[in-house]
Amino acid sequence: MNLWYRGWLLLFLAVALAGCQARRQRSFECIAPANPGGGWDLTCRLIAQAAGELRLLPATLRVTNLPGAGGGMAFAHTVSVRNRDSSLIVAASPATTLRLAQGQYGDLEAGDVRWLAAVGAEYGVLAVAAGAPWRSLDDLVSAWRSNPGRIVVGGGSAVGGQDHMKVLLLADRAGIDPRSIRYVPFDGGGEALTALLGGFIQVFSGEASEIEAQLEAGNVAVVAVLAPERLGGKLAGFPTAKEQGYDLSWITWRGFYVPRGISDSAYRRWVDLMRRVVQSEPWREARNRYGIEPFALLGSDFERFVRAEVETLRGISLELGLIR
Amino acid sequence: MEAIQHLASGFAVALQPLNVILAFVGVLVGTTVGMLPGIGPINAIAVLIPIAFALRLPPESALIMLAGIYYGSQYGNSISTILLNVPGTASAVTTALDGYAMTQSGRAASALAVSAIASFVGGTLSIFGLVLFAPLLAKWAIRFGPAEYFALMVFAFAALAGLAGANRAKALVATSLGLLLATVGFDPNSGLARFTFGEMKLLDGMDFVVVTIGLFAVSEVFRVLEGGEAGRLAAAAIGSVMARVREAVAAAWTMVRGSVVGFLVGVLPGAGGTVASFMAYATEQRLVDRRGTFGSGDMRGVAAPEAANNAAATGAMIPLLTLGIPGSGTTAVLLGALLGMNVTPGPLLLEQRPEVFWGLAASMYLGNAMLLVLNLPLVGVFVRVLELPRWALFPGVAALSFVAVYAVNQSVLDLWLMTGFGVVGYLMRRAGFPLAPLILGLVLGPLMEKNVRRALALSGGDWGVLFSSPLAIALWILAAATAVLPWLVSRRGAGRGALSLLRAEGGSQ
Repeated sequence: MNLWYRGWLLLFLAVALAGCQARRQRSFECIAPANPGGGWDLTCRLIAQAAGELRLLPATLRVTNLPGAGGGMAFAHTVSVRNRDSSLIVAASPATTLRLAQGQYGDLEAGDVRWLAAVGAEYGVLAVAAGAPWRSLDDLVSAWRSNPGRIVVGGGSAVGGQDHMKVLLLADRAGIDPRSIRYVPFDGGGEALTALLGGFIQVFSGEASEIEAQLEAGNVAVVAVLAPERLGGKLAGFPTAKEQGYDLSWITWRGFYVPRGISDSAYRRWVDLMRRVVQSEPWREARNRYGIEPFALLGSDFERFVRAEVETLRGISLELGLIR
Repeated sequence: MEAIQHLASGFAVALQPLNVILAFVGVLVGTTVGMLPGIGPINAIAVLIPIAFALRLPPESALIMLAGIYYGSQYGNSISTILLNVPGTASAVTTALDGYAMTQSGRAASALAVSAIASFVGGTLSIFGLVLFAPLLAKWAIRFGPAEYFALMVFAFAALAGLAGANRAKALVATSLGLLLATVGFDPNSGLARFTFGEMKLLDGMDFVVVTIGLFAVSEVFRVLEGGEAGRLAAAAIGSVMARVREAVAAAWTMVRGSVVGFLVGVLPGAGGTVASFMAYATEQRLVDRRGTFGSGDMRGVAAPEAANNAAATGAMIPLLTLGIPGSGTTAVLLGALLGMNVTPGPLLLEQRPEVFWGLAASMYLGNAMLLVLNLPLVGVFVRVLELPRWALFPGVAALSFVAVYAVNQSVLDLWLMTGFGVVGYLMRRAGFPLAPLILGLVLGPLMEKNVRRALALSGGDWGVLFSSPLAIALWILAAATAVLPWLVSRRGAGRGALSLLRAEGGSQ
């Protein structure tokens, strides 16, 4: 009993101390603006792993989760608390730019931080159940035209969020009134996919990686891949929206921003690190494991890209009546 | 028979020395982080994944360790709950009702032992379910649509709100308060923020841990403060391990039923361990609580939720492994880890990587046995905490509460909210309002709202959709029966109705 007591107490203290230590240690930090298990978290962890393997930093790149308000907490934290902290990078994606475009981070704007790099991308997909009568976008669009109420789209994001935008854009390109599209939000892509398999929704709007396992098992079929070009791997057999005559793509890039107030040389050091990561072999392997496609935009190129994207998304959101 | 063959091959994987060691490491870490409120298995797993990669563990070995953390934490999370009224994780809240009441009446050791044994029963029985019915249950989970989820939530409320008695109005008020709190935050159906007063931190709604720790632990501290009691909590008798095991046998059937309920709810990606333990507690109370002892320190009130949340942890592996769909944050992290090792969980996993599935199932038997052996002797260690005098113990509880709440979101606002809820909890107790229905409203409210709105959005506003499937209808009948039966029984039994869950914490003034 005594042995148990001491042994366990020792372990408990060790864990507690390790926890405190992790907080205090001076190192580099990657903030994932969500809980573990999501895309932002993965972005941080993969970059930390690659940077560690390549020994690109003098100390470890530590991953911190700062969830809340769809990335808003981390964004506000970066702007107001860490504005001069050159040891910090924060994971971002179109979920970030879309919320910035829709004014969901309060009065904070894209220009309040400095955009560092995109290091990879996933692409949106529209999928249906394996037995569904729609095999192409044309099928889907004509079914929509004749009876808009019959088809319900489900996705993992809220109304006005990424998965909703994908179908709204499709409707827009196809000349259907976006307001006639019925979209039902679920708690994450997994639940939406379950609803597709159960026949509760007819179209699943999500990410390519989310459906891979079900695609392989033959339970779902992809109607359109929302990428500029055809993807490889399990999705090689499915056409893009562009191929089908709809000018529509949704690039879920995975990238980072840094605080606005850091020095130019610190910014350049981070850009340089990202450049070396995206060109490396460990990064290619890591990307492949998670089904992340190559997509690299660095430094000022990425800053321009983000600015343009925010503008576009704001325009579309206004046009579709998602914001005023 | 086939399953037994597969399981034998699974044991061949699980019994490799490396995997035995990893399972032990996993459950040890799991049970430890489970004890630390606010940290939770999700962070522990996220921290250990890079280590698993760095060691180049094969996928099945890594999963054995990481899953060990997950179900191991379900053992640990009841300890601070029972001893200090500080629930370790959300799924342990139900355990606080009877667990802490047992502590207050000097039976902390029994409560901890029952909790460990119930966890073991829940963990072990549910693996049978996993082994025998995984593909079948995956199909069942898919059939569970928004209408069915809604009916399930109504069933849960019926189990609570249908109880007859004088406290009914107060319970209703508490439930409504919980439902109101549940509406705070971003509403995905409209894309708008509700009741956030422009405060970004409130967009995600009231954090469950914040509210619970405030209501339960902080208000307890206030009460002790008011009482000015200089003594200790009732001394805890520490008997032999065997004596406690014998005692727990009385709750054997409760554990079995709790396991079944917990497992079935756990399989549903949209429900989870908290709903599972609530459901198990409520159904068990309906079935066996003849004398109204639930909520005032009934051993079975600890056994049911503890068996259920462990069984739910196992159940959650089913959608993860056979559908590739994570039902919770923790399983999402596990999914990420598996993808990183080139294993794609999904319908083909059982064919393509049988060693992963069966190795995991077999290792869970081992892991649960280890957890029982680990946790039972520790009971004697933990109850010593209660030997601390109150003036030392309760400041500790307060400190632990603050640390736990801050650990969740690193938000100072949460600390204020927690303190505020402490005051609310204190006033509610003074006025004889039960706290549990508030928590239930807060947990089930969002699920209920989301699903009914989804169901109606899918049907285009036709309410008939709520009764359109046999599964939904069955759940409605269950809900109706749960609401009406006790009323009939109590009329026959001269009003000795069971309403402990409602009376639980409110009644002691």
